[in-house]
Amino acid sequence: MTKLFDALYSKDVIKHVRSPKNMGEMENPDGVATVGNPVCGDVMRLYIKVDPKKDTIKDIKFQTLGCGAAIATSSIITTMAKGKTLDEAGKITDEGLAEALGGLPKVKMHCSVLAADGLRKAIKDYRSKKF
Amino acid sequence: MRQIYLDNAATTPVVSEVFLSMKPYFLKKYGNASEPHQMGQEARLGVEEAREKIANFFNANLEEIIFTSCATESINLAHKGLIEALNLKNPHIITSSVEHKAVLETCKYLENRGLATVTYLPVDEFGSVRLEDLEKAITKDTVLVSIMYANNEVGTIQPIKEIGELLKKQDHKIYFHTDATQAIQYLDCDVDHLGVDLLSFTGHKIYAPKGVGALYIRKGTPLRSQMRGGSQEGRMRAGTENVPYIVGLGKAIELVKERSDKSQVVRLQKQLIKDVLKIPGVKLTGHPTNRLPHIASFVVEGVEGESLILLLSDKGILASTGSACTASDLNPSHVLSAMGIPPEISHGSLRFALGKDTTQEDIEYVGKVLPGIVERLRKMAPKL
Repeated sequence: MTKLFDALYSKDVIKHVRSPKNMGEMENPDGVATVGNPVCGDVMRLYIKVDPKKDTIKDIKFQTLGCGAAIATSSIITTMAKGKTLDEAGKITDEGLAEALGGLPKVKMHCSVLAADGLRKAIKDYRSKKF
Repeated sequence: MRQIYLDNAATTPVVSEVFLSMKPYFLKKYGNASEPHQMGQEARLGVEEAREKIANFFNANLEEIIFTSCATESINLAHKGLIEALNLKNPHIITSSVEHKAVLETCKYLENRGLATVTYLPVDEFGSVRLEDLEKAITKDTVLVSIMYANNEVGTIQPIKEIGELLKKQDHKIYFHTDATQAIQYLDCDVDHLGVDLLSFTGHKIYAPKGVGALYIRKGTPLRSQMRGGSQEGRMRAGTENVPYIVGLGKAIELVKERSDKSQVVRLQKQLIKDVLKIPGVKLTGHPTNRLPHIASFVVEGVEGESLILLLSDKGILASTGSACTASDLNPSHVLSAMGIPPEISHGSLRFALGKDTTQEDIEYVGKVLPGIVERLRKMAPKL
């Protein structure tokens, strides 16, 4: 279905801003990464707990300072990544996030890029700490 | 859910008196105001009555008021029209770094086309231009000074009268334009008191519809039309007159005059500021006293503006922000930046703009709801 115009936010984005999933700090995370910078306005921190036997994400949390898209993408990435293997989770893309949110305005796509990047960096952090 | 509209600096609703004044000109009095027949003359009367109301408001003559589609168009006409008409080799314009984009982009355009050089005056931490800076910037080539009457983002009032007096003392004529868009409702707009040659404003900040504005042009000011075609508006702005909207604008101006008591807005603004400043890590932006009574802008530490607006909107409170996240170019507010506020701080900008109908309950509700939202967003943010 084509959109007539690049409207601001879909209902799903607003839902996540209103009730974000898996928000908060994690004590003793297995992997953590902070992406973005305050100058552009978005900062996201992703925490993961990994099941070492199955190599899956046991638990995942996020913290974000940013706009609606920043909050929504970091929130939804936690729901998409939970339970997945590290390999699968690392393959989540910005487009995948935007699709899951019912679309994002072009100008907000950089938020989904940041969230996907943050998760990959958290996974990398875990892997680097393992060895 | 009750809606509390506190974004009146962005736009205002059309009030019923204005709407009713416009109605006959859509379905009944729809003639083209340039036609000599009865219906044309009826429409013409509507336009000229509006013009008279507006001229009276500014203490101007009828022929000094030109109708446009908005303040942006008026501003474009004023700047480009003057430079073109003067036809000088090296015209110099002085404006401020906190003007509305309509002024800034028009000046940038003139610069890029090699049609003028422009000085953008810095402002102090409150967003005020300093007269000394203006005086120092004036050269023999300066032909236009363009300073907004009051800032739309932070509400700071500029020293327009003093600038007018300063320009009169110069050894050559320097034309003076002011964007009075936010000032119409609350400040003295007598063009002789202000000493301006050009003044732009729009209807949709004063309870008239979006799509109509006007430009005051002091008699004798050279100006080239930017809209060519028919000879409407004394050949200064072609295009069939937007009769109903012009009538609405006239009515809205008349109502501004009638609504002279600002004490309610002043009182509510004071209370809003007091309540919001109770939240830790919040600062008021703009001049503490020399400010418009309806705009109250803040910077909130540790939160981002758009998310504030979304959560406030969820609770029925409609406000606005200068956060970079809401700009299509992702740049932070140029006004806050000019005031020395770094991007990390201007991110948390929050602007309330009260309206004529804002009530005590509205303000109390904001005071009740805002702290919780700020706390929630601060908890959501990672500790850096």
